[in-house]
Amino acid sequence: MIEQYIPVIAMIVTGILFGVVSVKAHEILGPQRPNKSKETPYESGMEPVASAHERFSVKFYLVAMLFILFDIEIVFMYPWAASFRELGGFALWAMLLFVVTLFVGYIYIVKKKALKWD
Amino acid sequence: MSLDLTFFIILAIMAAVSALMVILRKNPITSAMSLVLHFVSLAGLYLTLHAQFMAVIQMLVYAGAIMVLVVFVIMLLNLGREEKMAVRQSARAAIGIGASMVLGALLIWGLTQVMRPVAAGSSQAMVNGQIASVGKALFSTAYVFPFEMVSLVLLAAAVGAVVLTKRNLK
Repeated sequence: MIEQYIPVIAMIVTGILFGVVSVKAHEILGPQRPNKSKETPYESGMEPVASAHERFSVKFYLVAMLFILFDIEIVFMYPWAASFRELGGFALWAMLLFVVTLFVGYIYIVKKKALKWD
Repeated sequence: MSLDLTFFIILAIMAAVSALMVILRKNPITSAMSLVLHFVSLAGLYLTLHAQFMAVIQMLVYAGAIMVLVVFVIMLLNLGREEKMAVRQSARAAIGIGASMVLGALLIWGLTQVMRPVAAGSSQAMVNGQIASVGKALFSTAYVFPFEMVSLVLLAAAVGAVVLTKRNLK
């Protein structure tokens, strides 16, 4: 059963190896002559004024949250779309009710200008 | 040892170790990334249970989307390294250990109560996890009501997110 996933496993392993080997090979093979200006976040750039770990605005969270809601909507569409013809009219109406309910949410988001950056 | 069993053991160890990392690491971002690894090993475990659709959704929604929320919360709260608490917390530890033992006992009891309608490895079990079977079950009369309820839950979440985060809501 698992045999059919060997290509997937091979791809995951190759991906991990690609990342690890490229970074490590650079560390081992490349010359390393560090100095103070090379280690600044932007070499030959602006002087950093504060820590990069700042609090983020909650507005980013709103966008992420709304993205996930509609992401989950699409997840529910997959099983429906995969066997759309066999499922027939009942599933079509069930899906329509589902989508319309979420569309009400979408209208609310647009009307409240929730995605406007102010 | 069969390949399935080897695969299961590797994934189970990965899941257990990454779950421990989530609670043992001091840096919240390291914890979050360990949680991603945990979700990935869970997806692999779903595959060994012939739940292909669940495995893919686990990767897309949990390891992808839900983790975005978790990392966002970490960034919003601007958590640094967890500092060693000065107060003695033996009482807290005792309560924690007691509560987790109760939870563990409940989980083990729940697992013994699970019904197994199809035998593992049977041809029915192979088909059940496929996307078409999930669709057939989801749009059957048994599950269509919970399915519609999901849309209301998502609607409530959308409205809630807007109300809680929008500053001057008109």
